[in-house]
Amino acid sequence: MKYVDEYRQAARVRGLAAAIHAETTRDWRIMEVCGGQTHAIVRFGLDQLLPKRITLIHGPGCPVCVTPLELIDRALAIASRPNVTFCSFGDMLRVPGSTTDLLTVKSTGGDVRIVYSPLDALALARARPDREVVFFAVGFETTAPANAMAVVQAYREGLNNFSVLVSHVTVPPAIETILSSDGNLVQGFLAAGHVCTVMGCEEYHRLAVKFHVPIVVTGFEPVDILEGVRLCVRQLEEGRAVVENPYARSVRPEGNAPARALIDEVFETVDRSWRGIGMIPASGYRLRSRFRAYDAELKFAVEKIVAVEPEECISGAILQGRRTPHDCPAFGTRCTPESPLGATMVSSEGTCAAYYRYARFATAPSSCNVREVGAAT
Amino acid sequence: MKAEGLSLSCPTPLGRHMTVQMAHGGGGRLMRELIERLFLPTFGSPAAAERHDSAAVTLGDQRIAFTTDSYVVRPLFFPGGDIGKLAVYGTVNDLAMSGAKPAYLSAGFILEEGLPFETLTKIVRSMADAASDCGVELVTGDTKVVDKGKGDEVFINTAGIGLIPPGVHIRPSRVRPGDVIILSGDVGRHGVAILSVREGLEFDTAIESDCASLSSLVQTILATGADVHCLRDLTRGGLASALNEIAADAGVDLEIDEAAIPVQPSVAGACEILGLDPLYVANEGRLVAFVPREYADRVLAAMRGNAVACDAAVIGRVTATGSGRVVARGPFGPARLLDLLSGEQLPRIC
Repeated sequence: MKYVDEYRQAARVRGLAAAIHAETTRDWRIMEVCGGQTHAIVRFGLDQLLPKRITLIHGPGCPVCVTPLELIDRALAIASRPNVTFCSFGDMLRVPGSTTDLLTVKSTGGDVRIVYSPLDALALARARPDREVVFFAVGFETTAPANAMAVVQAYREGLNNFSVLVSHVTVPPAIETILSSDGNLVQGFLAAGHVCTVMGCEEYHRLAVKFHVPIVVTGFEPVDILEGVRLCVRQLEEGRAVVENPYARSVRPEGNAPARALIDEVFETVDRSWRGIGMIPASGYRLRSRFRAYDAELKFAVEKIVAVEPEECISGAILQGRRTPHDCPAFGTRCTPESPLGATMVSSEGTCAAYYRYARFATAPSSCNVREVGAAT
Repeated sequence: MKAEGLSLSCPTPLGRHMTVQMAHGGGGRLMRELIERLFLPTFGSPAAAERHDSAAVTLGDQRIAFTTDSYVVRPLFFPGGDIGKLAVYGTVNDLAMSGAKPAYLSAGFILEEGLPFETLTKIVRSMADAASDCGVELVTGDTKVVDKGKGDEVFINTAGIGLIPPGVHIRPSRVRPGDVIILSGDVGRHGVAILSVREGLEFDTAIESDCASLSSLVQTILATGADVHCLRDLTRGGLASALNEIAADAGVDLEIDEAAIPVQPSVAGACEILGLDPLYVANEGRLVAFVPREYADRVLAAMRGNAVACDAAVIGRVTATGSGRVVARGPFGPARLLDLLSGEQLPRIC
C-alpha cells in the first residue's frame, strides 16, 4: 500500500532503531502528543526497540479521552431526546458519562448513529427535515476544518434542523500546560503530524524557545515515529531545542491555508476544560456568534449537569505523563474496556486501552518476549 | 448443569448492563459472557459444553453434527453475495467445522410486511443455488410475517445436520502445544465489503465478500488422512476472535506471525482509512486449521489445491498449555497481545 508500506519497512525501522541506540548516551523522556502515535508505538512494539534510557510518555492527544465528562453527559441528554438523531464518530459511543454511555442510550431507544464525516450528518439532516440532527464535533485541530465546513454548508443552505455539539481542543496550549506544571518530566515532544498538517508549525517555535524543549513534527507510521525520536534525541544530546519537521510530505510550515481560514471563519478560541487535566486557557474552540443557531448546547436546554468522575481513576495523571496504566490498581481488574472507569480505557487511542489490548501482561511466556511497555523510569 | 447464582425470575444484569447491547451479538467478549453466564448454565447440555461451531450428538450409532444460525445482514445484497447465500454457506460451514458432511438444512423466514416479492424471490433462488453448490437439501422451513417497521425486510434462520465420519474428532479440546495453525486465505473482505455498501464508501477496486462454502475444503483436508485437531470458520470478530475462542476453550497459548497473514491491499487500505484492524474484521469463507506439526505440509498443500484456499498459509503455532493468551509477533520483532474485543470494532476518530 503506497504511503504506508514504505514507512513500515523492517530494514528502515531497524536501521533507525540502531541509529537511536548509537546516539543515546543519557536518560531522556519524550512525550508523543497524539493518541494515534501511542497506538502505533504500542501496536508495533516500537518502544521495545528503543534503548532503555529512552522513556516514551504518552500524551493527552486523544480527543475522546479529554472530552470533559460534563460534555459527555450533555451529549447523552441530547441524544436521549425523542426528536433527535445524534451522530458521532465511532469511538465516542462507548465513553462512559456519569451514569451511562451513547451505546446504552441507543439500546434504550435513542437514535444514535456512527458517521464517518460531519458531512454525513448534514446529509441526514437534509433527508430528514422532521428530525433534529446533532453532530458531536469532537477532536483536535485535525477534525475542525471538516466540522467547520459542515456548519458553513448548513448556514448557506439555511438548514435549521442541524446543529453541532462542539468539543474542540487545541494542542499547543496543552503542551504549554504540561511544560509549566510542577514536576514536569517531559524533555522533548513528538508533535502530532496531522494537527500540524492543518495548523503548520508556527505556534511551536515559541514553545521550543520559551521552555528550551525540542519539538519534532512526527507522523504515525513506524518509520515516522522512530525518525521523530531520533531527531528529538539528537537535539537533546546536543543541547539544542528547535522545531524540526521530518514529516514534510504532509506538513508545510504554514499549514493548510484554506483549512485554517475555514476554522477561523467558524470558530473562536475559548477556555476549555480537559477531562482529567482541568481548565486550560484558550485551549479550544466554540462557534462564532454568527453560527450560534447551529450550537447544540444553546439549542437544547439541558438540566443542570452534575458530572462525577470515579474517584479511583487516575486518567488525568496518565494523560499528563505522570503515571502509567500499570500504576493504577484498577487497571485490568475493575477497569476494563467492557467496564471502563475513565475514557483512556475506552478510546482505541487511549493509553489505558492501548496497554490493555497490546501489553496488558507484564510478563509472558519466555518464548513470546512480550514485556511491560512504557513504564516510567 | 445447574444455574448457580442465577435466578431467571428477576432481572439479571449481565456485567454492568441491564439490557441487551449490540455487542452481545458482536462475537466478542460480551457475547462470550452472555453464553457463559446465561445460555450454557441454563440449557446446560454436555453436548453444548464443548464450545464449537456445531454440536456433535449421537443418534443410534451415528454421530451427527447439528447447528443453527440466524442472518440479519444489512444490506441484503452486497458485492460477492447476499443474505440467502450467507444463510446456506454459514450453516454448512458450521457443520463442516466438525468434519461433518452437511446433508440437510431448514430455513425459517421472518419477513417484514411490504417486502417486495422480487426481493424475496432473488434471495430464495440464491439459497437454492448455494445449497446445490454444496450438495445439501433444504428440507423443511417456517414463515412468519411481522408488521411493517417491526423487522428489517427479512431475517433468515437456518439449521443443519450432517454425518460425522467415524474416526473424525475435531474440536477445540483436542488442540495441543506444538500444533501448527493454518489459515485458508486472506482476511477481512466480507466485513469491508458490507461496510463499503452500508456506508456508501467507494474504493478504486470493488471489494467482494469472501462468502463461500468451506465444505469441500474440509473434505479435501480430511482426505489427506491428517489427524486434524480443530477447525474454525472465521465470522464476526474475525481471525483474532476465532483464535481467542479456541485458545480459551482449549486452555492453550498461541503465537501468530502477523506478516504471514494475507490481507488484500484494498482491504488493508480500507481498514487504514476507517481505523479498523483487519484481524478483527468479519469473514464468511475462511477457516483456521489446527494440525499436529507432522501433518502441516501435507494439509497446507492439499488446501492450496482447493479453489477457496489457494492462498492458504501457516500463520502460527500453539506455544504452550496456558490461559488462552494469543500474541501476534509484529513485523519488527516485538509481539503484541491479540485480545478479544468487547463487541464489534468502532471506527476511530482520526
